[in-house]
Amino acid sequence: MSYEFLQTLWFILIAVLWIGFFFLEGFDFGVGMLLPFLGKKDVERRAIINSIGSVWDGNEVWLLTAGGATFAAFPHWYATMFSGFYLALFLLLVGLILRGISFEYRSKDAAPAWRNRFDWMIAIGSFMSALLLGAAFANLARGVPINADMMFTGNLFTLLNPYGLLGGLTTVAIFLLHGANFLGLKLEGELRERVNTFAKKLWVVTTVLYIALGVFTYAAGFWARGIVNPGIVPIAAVAVLLVAGYFINRKMEGWSFIMVALNIVLTQVTFFSMTFPNVMLSTTNPAYSLTIYNASSSQYTLTVMSIVALIFVPIVLAYQGWTYYMFRKRISNDKKELVY
Amino acid sequence: MDLVTLSRLQFALTTVYHWLFVPLTLGMGWFVAFMQTRYYQTGDETWRKMSKFWGKLFLINFAIGVVTGIVQEFQFGMNWSEYSRYVGDIFGAPLAIEALLAFFMESTFLGIWVFGEGRVPQKVHLASIWLVAIGSNLSALWILLANGWMQHPVGYVINEVNGRAELVNFFALISNPRGWIFFWHTISDGVLMAAMVLIAVSGYHIFRKQNVDLFKRSFVIGSVVGLIAGVLVFLGGHTMGQYMYETQPMKFAAIEAHWETSQPADFSIITIGDLSGKREVWSWRMPAVLSFLACNNFDCKVTGVYDIQAEYEAAYGPGDYIPLMVVTYWTFRIMMTFGFIMMGITAYFVWANLRGDITKAKWMKWTPALLILPYLANASGWILTEMGRQPWIVQGLLKVQDAVSPNLTTVDLLISLIGYTVVYGSLAVAMVKLMLKYAKAGPDAAMHESVDVAPALVGADD
Repeated sequence: MSYEFLQTLWFILIAVLWIGFFFLEGFDFGVGMLLPFLGKKDVERRAIINSIGSVWDGNEVWLLTAGGATFAAFPHWYATMFSGFYLALFLLLVGLILRGISFEYRSKDAAPAWRNRFDWMIAIGSFMSALLLGAAFANLARGVPINADMMFTGNLFTLLNPYGLLGGLTTVAIFLLHGANFLGLKLEGELRERVNTFAKKLWVVTTVLYIALGVFTYAAGFWARGIVNPGIVPIAAVAVLLVAGYFINRKMEGWSFIMVALNIVLTQVTFFSMTFPNVMLSTTNPAYSLTIYNASSSQYTLTVMSIVALIFVPIVLAYQGWTYYMFRKRISNDKKELVY
Repeated sequence: MDLVTLSRLQFALTTVYHWLFVPLTLGMGWFVAFMQTRYYQTGDETWRKMSKFWGKLFLINFAIGVVTGIVQEFQFGMNWSEYSRYVGDIFGAPLAIEALLAFFMESTFLGIWVFGEGRVPQKVHLASIWLVAIGSNLSALWILLANGWMQHPVGYVINEVNGRAELVNFFALISNPRGWIFFWHTISDGVLMAAMVLIAVSGYHIFRKQNVDLFKRSFVIGSVVGLIAGVLVFLGGHTMGQYMYETQPMKFAAIEAHWETSQPADFSIITIGDLSGKREVWSWRMPAVLSFLACNNFDCKVTGVYDIQAEYEAAYGPGDYIPLMVVTYWTFRIMMTFGFIMMGITAYFVWANLRGDITKAKWMKWTPALLILPYLANASGWILTEMGRQPWIVQGLLKVQDAVSPNLTTVDLLISLIGYTVVYGSLAVAMVKLMLKYAKAGPDAAMHESVDVAPALVGADD
C-alpha cells in the first residue's frame, strides 16, 4: 500500500471514530443534560440514567480510541491540537470525570442531597463536554494560529470567537435533541410523553442554530478550503434535520432518532471533507497548516496499525452492536428493575 | 516554579493517583470471576453472595480508574507535545491498540455484567466478568509495553531527516522483555493488592462475627492467593532488577546508593546521604549481596553512580545524569520491605489456618490496618521506576526537559494542577465514603444494586 493511500486511509478511519463518538456519546451527553430537567422524581431520574447505564462507558471509548489513533497515525496533529487546546481540553476532561463518576456513584447512597449533587454533576459535565467539543471542532473548521514549527500560538480566548461559540451551542442543541429522541425510544408512560413534548421545542431551537451555523460557515468562506467540495452532503444534513421535525411532531420516535443521527453523521462528513487533506488549518499562514502528509507517522507504523485495525475494528463493532440489541427493551419505572 | 517542574508535578500527581486504584481493578476482577464461576458450578449461595459483595467494591473502585485514565491518555499531547512528536511513531501504536483491544472490551462487558443479570443467559453473564478481568489486564500489558519502551527502547531508528524516533520492528516493541517482566510484576502485584483487600475487609467482619462463613472463605482465598502472588511479585521484581542492571545501570546504582564501582558489590541496608543526595554520610552494608541481585552470583562487578555519570557525560555531553537518590533509594526500600511483610503475613495466615480455627484469633482485629502496605508499596514502585529514569523521559534518547509542551504558560499549568488536585481530592472523598459504607454493610446490602431497595442495610445518612 502506498504511503499516500495509508495517510488517507487513517484520515478516514479517524473521521469514522469521531463520527461514531458523536453519534453514540452524543445521545449520552443529551440524556445527561436533560436529566435534572426531565426527571421530577428520584425514580424517574434513575430510569433516565439506566437508559444509558450499560452503554455510556463503551461509547466514551470511541473518544479514547480517536485520541489514541490520532497519536499513533498523526503524532503532530495529536501534539499540536492537544497542547494547543490545553485549557479547553482540561475543562473537557473535568466534565467527563464529573459525569462518569456520577453515573456510577449517584444511586449508591440514598440521601437526597447526595443524589441531587451527582445529578447536577452529570448535567453540568455533559453540557461542558458537548459545548467544548463543538467549539473545538468549529475552531478546527475555522482555522487556528499555528506557526512554522507546528506550534499553536493562541490561548483559550482564541477559541472563544463567535464561530467557535456558535459551533459549541449548536452541538449542545443537537445532542439535547438526539438525547431526547433516544429517551423517547427507551422510556415508558408519562416520562416518555414528557420527553416527546420536550423534543418538539428542542427541534425548533436546534434547527435555527444549525442553519445559522451553516450560513456562517458559507458566508465566512470556511467552505472547502481543502481539495474536496462537500457538495450535496451539508444540504442533505439540513434536509434530514427538517424531516426530523415532521417525525417528532408525529411522535414517530424511531424515525426521528434516525434522522437526527443522520444529521450528526452528515455534519461530521461535511466537516472532514471541508478540511481534507488538512488536519489543522493555520490562520497565520496557510503554508504552516498541518496536513495528513506532514503530520503523519511513518509508512511502517501506518501499515502495522492498518493490519491491527482491520482485524479488531469489526470485532469491536460486532460485540458493541450486540450489547445494544441485548438491552433493547424499554426501561420501566419499577424500582426493582432499575440497576443504578 | 518553571514549566518543566510544574508539568512533572502534574504528571506525578495524576499518575500516582490513577495507580492507587488500578491495581485493585486488575486483581479483584479475577477474584470476582472465580467466585462467580464457583457459584455457577456448585449453585452454592455463599459463592454468589461473595461475588456480589466483592463485585460491588470492585465497581466503586473501577469507576475512578476509568475517569482518571482518560486524563492519562490525553496528557501526553497536552503537556508533553515535544515528547509526542518525537516518539509518536512508536509510542502511539500501543496506546491506540490498548484502546481498541482493551478499553472497548472491559467497558462493554462491564456494562453487560452490571446490567445483564437476569436479562442475559447466566453463561453470558459469567463470561462477561471474565472478559472484564482479561480486558483490564490486557490494557495493563499495552501500557506497560509502551512504558517498557521508554525504559529500554527497542525496534527503532532515529530518522535523520525529521529528527524523530521511528518504528522499524513492531515485534521487537511487543516482545520487549522489559515490558513483559514489568507486566508480570504488575499483574501479580494487582492480585496481591486485591488479596490484601480481601484479608482486611474479611478480618473486619470475622472479628465482629458477621457472616463468618462467607468471610472466612474470602480470608483464606486472600491469604493463599496473596502468598503466591507475593512470591511472583518478588520474582518479577528481582528479574526486573537484573534487566535494569544491564539496560539502566544508573537507575540500578541509584536505587542501591552504590556510589563507587566495586567487585563484588555490597548491598546497602541503610544509607544516609547528605542533603544534596549525592554524597554518602553513613551506611550499613551487607557484603556481596548487590552482586547477587544484579546477576545471580556473588562476585560480579557493579558500576557505581560516579563512574556512570562520567560515562554518560562522555556519551551525551555535560549534565547531571544522577536521579534524585533520596527518592529512588527510599521508595525501593519501602516497596521491598512492605512486599516482604505481606509475604510473611500471608504465609502466617495460611499456616494459622492449617493449624486451627482462625476466626477466633485475637490478631483478626488488626487486619484492616494491613491495607496501608499494598497502597504504599504500589505508589513507591511507580515513583521509583519513573524517578529512577531521570533525567531521561526515554532512556538515552530524550530528556524530560526537552519533552514538555513549549507553548504552555505557568498560568496554564497552575490552573490545571490546582483543578486536578481539587477534582481528584473530591473523588477520593466520595470513593472512600462509599467503599467504607459497602465494605462495612456486608454482603446483604450488596445483593441489591441500589441502596433504594435496602436503605436500612446501608443507611441513608451515615
